[in-house]
Amino acid sequence: MHIVRSFDEDLKYLSGRIAAMGGLAERMVEESVSALVHADETLARKVVADDLLLDIAEREIDEKAIGIIARRQPLADDLREIIGAIRISADLERVGDLAKNNAKRVVAITAAQQPVRVVRGLEALAELALGQLKDVLDVYATRAVSTLASVRERDAQIDAVYTSLFRELLASMMEDARNITPCTHLLFCAKNLERIGDHATNVAETIYYAATAEQLPERSRQDKSHSVTLDVAAR
Amino acid sequence: MSDADPESAAAGFARIAAGRLAEARWTLAAAAVAIAGVTFAAGGSWLVAIAAIAAVACVAALTPWRTRAMRLAEATAVRSPIDRLSALRLAAAVSDPLVVFDRSATVVQANPAAEAVFGSLRGVDLRLRFRAPEMQELIRQTLDDATHPAPVDYVERAPIERLFRVAASPVGDGTGLFVLVFRDQSEARRIDRMRADFIANASHELRTPLASIAGFIETLRGPARNDPKAQARFLEIMQAQTERMARLIDDLLSLSRLEMKPLAAPGQSADLVEVIAGVADTLTHLAAEAGVVVERNLPAEPVLAAGSRDELTQVFENLLENAIKYGRSGGRVVVSVARAPAQAAGGRPQVEASVRDFGPGISEEHIPRVTERFYRVDAESSRAQKGTGLGLAIVKHILTRYGGRLSIASQPGHGAAFTVHLPAA
Repeated sequence: MHIVRSFDEDLKYLSGRIAAMGGLAERMVEESVSALVHADETLARKVVADDLLLDIAEREIDEKAIGIIARRQPLADDLREIIGAIRISADLERVGDLAKNNAKRVVAITAAQQPVRVVRGLEALAELALGQLKDVLDVYATRAVSTLASVRERDAQIDAVYTSLFRELLASMMEDARNITPCTHLLFCAKNLERIGDHATNVAETIYYAATAEQLPERSRQDKSHSVTLDVAAR
Repeated sequence: MSDADPESAAAGFARIAAGRLAEARWTLAAAAVAIAGVTFAAGGSWLVAIAAIAAVACVAALTPWRTRAMRLAEATAVRSPIDRLSALRLAAAVSDPLVVFDRSATVVQANPAAEAVFGSLRGVDLRLRFRAPEMQELIRQTLDDATHPAPVDYVERAPIERLFRVAASPVGDGTGLFVLVFRDQSEARRIDRMRADFIANASHELRTPLASIAGFIETLRGPARNDPKAQARFLEIMQAQTERMARLIDDLLSLSRLEMKPLAAPGQSADLVEVIAGVADTLTHLAAEAGVVVERNLPAEPVLAAGSRDELTQVFENLLENAIKYGRSGGRVVVSVARAPAQAAGGRPQVEASVRDFGPGISEEHIPRVTERFYRVDAESSRAQKGTGLGLAIVKHILTRYGGRLSIASQPGHGAAFTVHLPAA
C-alpha cells in the first residue's frame, strides 16, 4: 500500500494489462494448434489478426511503465515490479508471434497428407507448453511463487517431447520425399511450441525475481524424486 | 437455570430484573423526574415521592415488557433457521463454484467448490486469474454498468479440462459486491468430444487391420482357393486381426468413458498393497505363460492412496501386463510400494508404486511420448503382443484425475521402471 493511492492504481493497471495480454496469448496458442489439427484456415486467419492486439498491448504497457518510472521514481520491489511488467509483456508478445507463425503454416501443412502420429505428438507438446503458460500466469495472479519450482521440471519435459518429435519428423522425411514439405513446416511448429515453453519459463523467472529479489533456483540435480527421470535417461 | 438450585434461580431473576431496568432506563428516569416535579410543585413529602419512584421501578423490574404473543413471535423468529443462515454457509452448500468480488475486482470470498477447481482465490485480482478475453469482458461489464451481462463460456484446462457457463451479477442493492457463478457444462462438451474422438480414432486405427483382412479374403478366394494349408494360416491371421479390432474398440470405449466422467469425487481412497497384490494374482497365468516371475516387494501394512479401487486396479493391470509382455526377456518383474520420502514444505505426502521389468527397456526418445494415444515404440512388437496403443494413455488419464502422475525411467538393455505417484490418503 502506498501513501499515494494513484500509484497503487498505476501498478494495478499494469498487472491488469499483463493478465489480459496473457489471456490473449494463451488463446492464440490454443487456437493455432486447433487450426493445425483440424485444418481450419478461418481460425488460423483469426490468430494472425489477433497478433496485432498483442503488439498494441505491449507498446501500451511499455509507455505506461516508462511514464510511471519517470513520475514516481520507484525503488526496490516497486521498481522490480515495473521492470518485470516490461519484460513479461515482451515475452508474451513473442508467444503471440510464435502462435501466429504456427497459424500461418496451417495452409502449407494441411495441403498434403500429414502423419497422424506426428500431429498427436504436436498436440501433446502444445498441451505441455500451454500448461506451463497457464501455471506461470496463475502465479502472476496469486503470487504464490513457491509453486514456480515445478516450472523447470516441465521445461525439461517439453524439451524431451520436442527432441522426440524432431527425430520422428526426420525419419518421416527420409522415408518419403513427399513428406518433406509438410514435415519441415511441422518441425518449425514444434520448435515454436518449444520456444513458447521457454518464454513461459522466462516469465516465471521474472515473476520470481520481482517478488523475491532473488533468481529462481536452478533445478537441483540430486532431487530425483521430483524430476521425471527422463533426464537420467537423456544423459 | 434449574429450579433445584435456588441461588442460581435468584441470580437469574436478578439478571432479568436488571435487564428490564436497563431497558426501561429512560422511561424510568422521566417518571422519576415527573414524580419529583409533581411532588415538589404540590408541596408533598419527599418520602411519598421516593416511595412512588421505587414502586414504579419495582413494576418495571418485575413485569415483563412484551405481551405473551410478542414473546412467542420473537422466539419462533429466532428459531427459524433461515434467519440464522449465514451467506457463507449457504455458499458453501452450493456445489457450483461461486466467487464474490468487490469493485476493484478483488476476490472477497470463494466457496469451497470454487477453491477446489481454481485453487486459493481470496484476495486475488479476478482479472489476473481469469484471463480469457471473454472473462475479461464479462468482469469489465459487471463492474462498469453493474447490470446483468450475458453469461460467457470459460474453459479451465488443468488438471482436467472443464467447461463452465459463467454468469455475473451484483449482490443485493448497493453492497458494492458482485458474484460470479460458474455452472459446469463439461459433460455436454465431453460427450460431443468423445463422439468426435471416437470416430476419428476408430476410423484411423481400424483401417489397417481391415485392409489386411480384405487382402486375405481376396487371396482366399483367388490364388489360395485350392491350398488348404495356406487357407488355415490365413484364417488364423484373420482371426487374430478381428480379435485385435475388438480389443481396440474395447479400449477406445474404456478411455472415452473415463474421459467423460466428471472430476473424481474427493475423499476416495484405496489400499495400494491390496490392489497390486490382487492384480499380480489375476495375472499369474499370463506371467507363467511368458516365463516371467513376478516378485512382490510389498509392505505388510496397508498404504492408502487417493483413487478408486477399480480405477487403480486398471492402472496396475495395464502396467504389470506391459511389464510381463514387453520385458519377458528379463525373466522377472518387481512390483513395489512405498511412501515417498518427505517432500519440501507445502507438498502433500505422496505414495509411490513401481513396476520394474528387466527387458530391453525403452530408448530415451520414446519415453516422453509413450503415454500418447496409439503411440507405439515398436509397431511390430506391439502388434505381436496384442497391444492397442491405449493402455498407458488410460493409465495417465486415471492418475491425472486423482492428482497423481506417472514417471518412467529406463536404460536400454537394462529394463524399464514405471512409477506411479499418488497423493497419500
